[in-house]
This record gives sequence, C-alpha cells and structure tokens, in this order.
Amino acid sequence: MSDTSQSMLELINIHKTFNKGTINERPALRGVSLKLSPGDFCTIIGGNGAGKSTMLNAIAGVWPVDEGAIYIDSENITGYPEHKRAVLLGRVFQDPMTGTAATMQIDENLALAARRGNRRGLSWGITRTETEIYQELLRSLELGLEDRMTSKVGLLSGGQRQALTLLMATLKKPRLLLLDEHTAALDPKTAAKVLELTRQFVEKDSLTALMVTHNMKDAIRMGNRLIMMHEGQIIYDVSGEEKKNLHVSDLMEKFNAASEGTFANDRMLLS
Amino acid sequence: MSLLALDPLTLLKAMPGNIAQGIIWGIMAIGVYMTFRLLRFSDLTVDGSFTAGGATAVVLITSGVPAPIAMLAAFGAGILCGLCTGVLHTLFGIPDILAGILTQIAMYSVNLRIMGGKANQVVSVDKYTLVVTMRKIPMTIAVAGGICVALCLILYWFFGTELGSAIRATGTNPSMSKAQGINISVMKVLTLALSNGLVALSGAMLAQYQGFADVNMGRGAIVIGLAAVIIGEVIGEALLGKKLNFLGHLLFVAVGGILYYVVIGVVLWLKMPPNDLKLFTAAVVAVFLAVPYLRAKSRNSYKRAAKKGVQENE
Repeated sequence: MSDTSQSMLELINIHKTFNKGTINERPALRGVSLKLSPGDFCTIIGGNGAGKSTMLNAIAGVWPVDEGAIYIDSENITGYPEHKRAVLLGRVFQDPMTGTAATMQIDENLALAARRGNRRGLSWGITRTETEIYQELLRSLELGLEDRMTSKVGLLSGGQRQALTLLMATLKKPRLLLLDEHTAALDPKTAAKVLELTRQFVEKDSLTALMVTHNMKDAIRMGNRLIMMHEGQIIYDVSGEEKKNLHVSDLMEKFNAASEGTFANDRMLLS
Repeated sequence: MSLLALDPLTLLKAMPGNIAQGIIWGIMAIGVYMTFRLLRFSDLTVDGSFTAGGATAVVLITSGVPAPIAMLAAFGAGILCGLCTGVLHTLFGIPDILAGILTQIAMYSVNLRIMGGKANQVVSVDKYTLVVTMRKIPMTIAVAGGICVALCLILYWFFGTELGSAIRATGTNPSMSKAQGINISVMKVLTLALSNGLVALSGAMLAQYQGFADVNMGRGAIVIGLAAVIIGEVIGEALLGKKLNFLGHLLFVAVGGILYYVVIGVVLWLKMPPNDLKLFTAAVVAVFLAVPYLRAKSRNSYKRAAKKGVQENE
C-alpha cells in the first residue's frame, strides 16, 4: 500500500473499458496513476479520446472503475457512489447547462451547493443570513448577478451560468476541484473571464484542482503542474519551473511524438 | 335538438356538485403535479393508487373505523403504491412509464382483494359518518376545500425545505443534483410515495362522496389529473403571469380540477352522451398539451422562414 497521507488525490493504476465484451469495446483508461499534493493546480491536455474527461469522471464516480484505487485526502473513495463523493468534490462541467438547476432561482442553486454532502432535512432550504453572504459573493463575480438573486438560472447566459457553477463548486471548500473543459463552450472573452475567476477562487482557498483544457496556452499559464494524456495513459507530467518555461511548441512536439503523427485532426484541434 | 330545450336552471343546480367533485380531483391533480412537473416523471401508478385509496377507505369505514383514520390509511396505501413504482424504476432500472403501468396493473388485482373479491363496495352515509358526501354538498365543498388548501400550504412549506429543494433539483437537473451530493434515487422514490399518497387520499374522498368504491374508479385518473394540472397552469399564468409563485401553482392546479368538472358539467348539460366523456377528456388534454408547442413552432417555423426569405430577396 502506498503512502497516501501526503497527497490530496491519489489515483493508483486506474483502468476503465467501456462496452466491455461488445463490438464497441473501448479502453478509455489504461493504468492511470497520479498523485496531487494539497494546493496543486494541475492542468490536463491531450487529444480527443485521450481519457481526460474519463479520468475526471472516474474521480467523480460517474461510474465505478474496473481496476485500481482512488484516494482523496487519505480516504479510499473507490467504492463510493457519485452523490457520496460529492461531499469531497467541487465540479464544473463543459456544458454550462449541466452544473445548475435551470428552473430554480440563483439563490436556491447556491443554497443547494452550500449543503453539498449534508443531510437534507426539513429545515428551511435557505436562510436570510445565507442570502446576504450570497449577495456579496455574487457581487465579487462582477456580472451583476447580485441584483438578480431570485431570477431563474435558466435566464442566465452560458458564461453567467458557468461563473455561478464555479461559485457553487467552491462555496463549500472542496478537497478537490474538477474542471472539465469548463470554458470550452464559451466565447473567448467570457472564457477569459471565467478562467480568471477560476484562478481567483483556487488561489483564495488554496484549492487542489484538476483542469481539463484544449487550450495549450491556458494549460501552460494556469496552475503549477501539467499532464498530457494519450490513449488512456499519462504520457507527460511536468511541474514547477519546467512547466513555467514551456511553450506551446514544446507541447506540440511531445504530442506529435506520442501520437506519431497519426492524429492530424487532433493537431488542428489543439493548435 | 334545439338549444332552447336546455334549461339553465339544471346547469346551475348541478354546479355545486361539479365544484365539490372538482376539488376532490384537484387534490389528486396536486399529486400528479408533484411527479409530472416537479420530478418530471410520467407516473401512471395513479390509476391504481386512486382506486386503492377508495377501496381501503370504504372497507375500513364499513368495518367500523372512523372516516378520518380510514383516509389516513388510504394515504398510506397510496404511499405503498408509489414506493412500488419507485423501487421498480430506481432499483431495477425499469423506465418511468412502464414502472407505473406495472404497479397500476398489479393494483387492479390488489384492489379487488382489498374489497374482498368484489368489484365494488358501498359505503352509505346513512350508516356511517363520512367526511364528504354528495348528500351534503356545501359541507363537502367546505371540508374538501379546507383539506385542499391545507395540503397546498403544507406542500408549499415542504418544497421550500432542504429536502424539498433537493427534490426540485432532482427533477430539473439530475447530473447537477448528484454533483451536489443528492441521492436522486431516494428523492424519486420519496416523491412518488408522497404523490401517490395524495392521489389515494383523493380516491378515499371520492369514494365517500359518491358512496361507493369501484375497481374501475381510477381508470383514466392520470388523464384527469393532467387535465387539471395543465388547465390550472394556463389559467394561472393568464391571470397572474409572472406573479404566479409556487403556492399559486399548487392552488391553481386545484382550480384546474374544479374548472375541469365545471366544463364536464356543461358538456353533459349540453346532452353529450356520458360514454363519450373519456374521449372528450383525452381530446382536451391533447389540445392543451399541443397548443403551447404549436404556438412556439408557428413563431419559429421553416415555412415562415422560407416565405420571408423569398419576399426579402425578390
């Protein structure tokens, strides 16, 4: 058994194959091991089908893994269902629609997130003191949402919803923040805004975070560590000074070496 | 047949009865609203649980149990029906509509057993003290109306609690709910149980009102429930617009039940054969479901775009 006391996240030899035993069998994760220290902000890049989102889903518990073990803050969560892992995790998804409840108000969404992992009983779903806290937090987003607390979330734009989801994911400090291409569906200006908020939130609470992105510049600029995935494995892992000095061209080189030029389409997507 | 042959007085006389029945069905519709609108679960259990409520109440009352306690027992019977559908759906992965149909069909046999193998059971207001009855319509309107408003207030409170909010979140976005640590299977089962409890309570009231429980009394209940939900929403939104809050939604669903029975009263007065009632109900629900869709479509249609494109480029 490896020492997990020093790490916030530890993945040990994770395997996952979809549609096992059918003609559509697809190995998605092939022995992924990863260790994150508290406060690590790790970006993940790789081509389509490399296993980036699959790895995040494995951690979040969207389905059980085939093999391997997952530890968060020394707790073995491999056998926990998705809703039970939620107490430890903050999640922001690629689709801005996924992270919020459209037919509920902004304050109601925040109140739901504030109770992540708590037993939900018959006390009132949102208190007055809470409302005031939310108003201040929303003001810090600088999107004008503080004046629309009782609006239905379905009326917000994709960027606003994603910023709100980010706020919800960090409202109750998570042990690990999972960001699954959370700016990919946004226009460049909004994406930059949400990314800046991400940086602020992670710094403010010294969160441990995993961020999947298709944007190599963002991957280099954000966080203190970068991993590249290919065909269900981590093929490149860089941190500290070495990461800071990376260039997109370095990553392209790594990527081409790994894929041996077979994924011309992915190269276009990544550039 | 001439319209002159119709006596407005008969319609007027029948109205209080229609209103009383409408309130009772309105309670049933509130149960349907919980699953259909809040949980987004098309629950066909209600045809079975409605009858189960009626059968349970009548059998208990005729064996000497006070009517209010019999109604509580009916509520419990409905909860069991909902649990059954919920377990079939969440634990065994059976699609919502099919899970409901399975319970509904099973309940046909169970309801016959509850009634001692008979297709119907009489409960006479002369022999027993009943909570509602068609013999005393003003009292029935007062009592049923009171129960209905009380239930709306309780549900308004419940869906504002942490648990109720979790149920609403489950209905609107299951992925998000799981990410927020909500066990959506538990929420679904809980809502189905409560919803069918209300439906059975309504069945218990209708059986007392009409003086008997019948194994077929719940047939098509889901359609009447949906009619009430949809009519109530349309009227509520037309009258109050954006001011229609959650409590308003619940109350207007009950109002939808009343309006539905008022309309039924009118078409029966217009000498529509009673046998055609179900056809009429289905048509009303289909129209109310189709109108919002068609309206949106006509505003946003290919044909219109094509026409406009031609005009602008000619």
